[in-house]
Amino acid sequence: MDFGLSEEQTLFQDTLNNFLGDQVGLERVRRIASEEESANTVWAELAELGVSALLVPEDHGGVGLEPLDAAIAAECLGHHATPSPFLGSAVMGPTALSLAGGQGERLGRLAAGELRIGAAFGEAIAARAEAGVSAAGGRLNGRALYALDYGADEYLVADASRSLHLVATGDLEHRPLATVDKTRSTGELVFKNSPAILLSDDPAHFQAVLDAGRVMLAADTLGAAQNMLDQAVAYAKEREQFNRPIGSFQAVKHMCAEMAAQLEPCRAMVWYASHALGEVPEEAHLTACHAKAHLAEVGTFVARTATEVHGGMGFTELLGLHYWFKRIGFNRQALGAPELVREEAARAQQLAL
Amino acid sequence: MDLSYGAEYEAFRAQVRDFIEAHRDQAPKGEGMRSPEALNWQKLLIEHGYAARTIPKAYGGFGAQPDVLISRIIAEEFASAQVSRGLGGQGISMLVPTLLEVGSEEQRQAFIRPTIHGEMIWCQGYSEPGAGSDLASLRTAAVLDGDEWVVNGQKIWTSTAHLADWIFCLVRTEPDAPKHQGISFLLFRMDTPGIEIRPLVDMTGAANFNEVFLTDVRVPKQQIVGARGEGWQVANAILRHERDSLGDPNVMLSRLNALIKLMQSETIDGRRVIDLPAYRDRLMRIQGRVMALGFNDMRILSARINQRDAGLARMVVKLQGTELRHELEQLGIDAMGELGLAYGENPHLRDHGSWQIHYMYYLGLIIGGGTSQIQKNIISERGLGLPREPKAAATA
Repeated sequence: MDFGLSEEQTLFQDTLNNFLGDQVGLERVRRIASEEESANTVWAELAELGVSALLVPEDHGGVGLEPLDAAIAAECLGHHATPSPFLGSAVMGPTALSLAGGQGERLGRLAAGELRIGAAFGEAIAARAEAGVSAAGGRLNGRALYALDYGADEYLVADASRSLHLVATGDLEHRPLATVDKTRSTGELVFKNSPAILLSDDPAHFQAVLDAGRVMLAADTLGAAQNMLDQAVAYAKEREQFNRPIGSFQAVKHMCAEMAAQLEPCRAMVWYASHALGEVPEEAHLTACHAKAHLAEVGTFVARTATEVHGGMGFTELLGLHYWFKRIGFNRQALGAPELVREEAARAQQLAL
Repeated sequence: MDLSYGAEYEAFRAQVRDFIEAHRDQAPKGEGMRSPEALNWQKLLIEHGYAARTIPKAYGGFGAQPDVLISRIIAEEFASAQVSRGLGGQGISMLVPTLLEVGSEEQRQAFIRPTIHGEMIWCQGYSEPGAGSDLASLRTAAVLDGDEWVVNGQKIWTSTAHLADWIFCLVRTEPDAPKHQGISFLLFRMDTPGIEIRPLVDMTGAANFNEVFLTDVRVPKQQIVGARGEGWQVANAILRHERDSLGDPNVMLSRLNALIKLMQSETIDGRRVIDLPAYRDRLMRIQGRVMALGFNDMRILSARINQRDAGLARMVVKLQGTELRHELEQLGIDAMGELGLAYGENPHLRDHGSWQIHYMYYLGLIIGGGTSQIQKNIISERGLGLPREPKAAATA
């Protein structure tokens, strides 16, 4: 028995963290957030490291690794608040295309980082009044809001009946939607008899793609929250008031301890939930729901508390801590807010009608 | 990630199951710790290696090498069969491991065999009215008089003192030394003249604890574990055992299942409580946290097998486990509403009142064995490397 990361996985994690730390630091994140640079340049560099190919089968030019490996990458990206189309192009896209079958060519281009796929799932999870997508005769109609990884070449779209479709960007109307999290891009997609490839009408496929996306958001929050905690602890050791480091006051150190106490078990939870996606199918859906919802709650607590430990500095734009705060906030709402996801967890166990 | 225990261990699991099936009729069903059934069951468990497994044969144990997975499998199987795992208590869980580490050969010979067989029951004399979280400031004094220590002072929170044959007790023997270096670890009989036990009724209404008053209690000189002034190190080894043993995920999981059952059977205006979204969401939140702690436990287990320190994952267990359990019990009460107020003799009592009792009992565990605030000091200072609080005198 070995519950945890293998040596290869730890090495991969270190490599990716070193790359992101050296090449995609806060200054570059700021440039991308203010649109002086495109996130696509980062994605091209990550593709060279193999991040785009993690979940693509070897037959199609990928590395053919496990969802746990992808979760490691997601955690690293969250840790560095890296802007990238990872979720759609490296997780939900390849998962959907692999399940659909017969999509070898696209998978090959995804692996190479030459194709970017965004994901519009919001309407199938919890459609708001002004949106909804319907499909008939190979055409889509309606509107999707907050499609993830906006700026893609194609979009993976889940309709109201939870079928999965692929639509080329040229076949729909679209515009970017600004959100609080400038490290992510989202958009509005309008379908008017847009031609669509039906990838799957099996609700189990929709569920598998959604579960994978949710676990990766949980992993992203894990990385982001760990970084915020690390920054808070470092600040508490350094910042002095009343002639003492503020971290020597129990009021402050207990805030840090509470963050660590809530966050540390999340690491094992993300490991297990991502492992279950590939290896424990009977538990995959339930653990994905709980990982998504629980990390949302713990992440929100850490984001707020780590900011408070920084005092007034935490509230400034200057420090940059807000990028992680907002990223955790984004992860909480994307692909299902905690209340909705917990209700799904209850239904998965026949505990809800 | 490898979650399998392996064929060899699964074969062992099958053996444990066979044993339980063959012998479960003999298992005690809630009798006191001195009942003949309990003592015979304990003997049987030791003979088969399901209790006192790693205690050397020379001291009456089974004599196996420590194996974390074997221990885990035994725990899992007895828990899922709901069969007694044999005797517990502070003598078995705390004193015996300590004697194995730092006791003299004579002490091991004298105490381990009867303790693990349930023939010698122990209580722990650590806390005092003036020494709780700051245990090292304890003042119960022992002064050498010829071949005997003469002990005077008062202990509190002493579980099972009224049932115990012996006590392991921290006393101050070097009043002039710094507080951590002036403590010694004594063992003495509870029927020694000068010991008075008064039951301490807690908020559940039960007398789980006692106060123990010690007046000129004479203890043979050789009944000290470790050297004079080394009692603090001895005690810390034991405290580590105690903290690590709290928060068993199997127990938490079976309690969660009981909560689900309760919420499926209780109704409000004819609707099951679990069908009310506000209650159901609280249940799901708790389930997510139980799950996270369960996986955290697998990580700790794996670290032990591979001889790595689990670090923060281990340090957070007592804090997180007791707080979560308290909230879990609270939801049980809330699911019952006014019926959740029932206590003692009441015809509407559900599950023998266990939700109400545990809700309070686990508040006791949040405080006992190192309060949540002490846990946070440990996590922040040892886990996160934050500076210690300056001494009061230094800042005055």
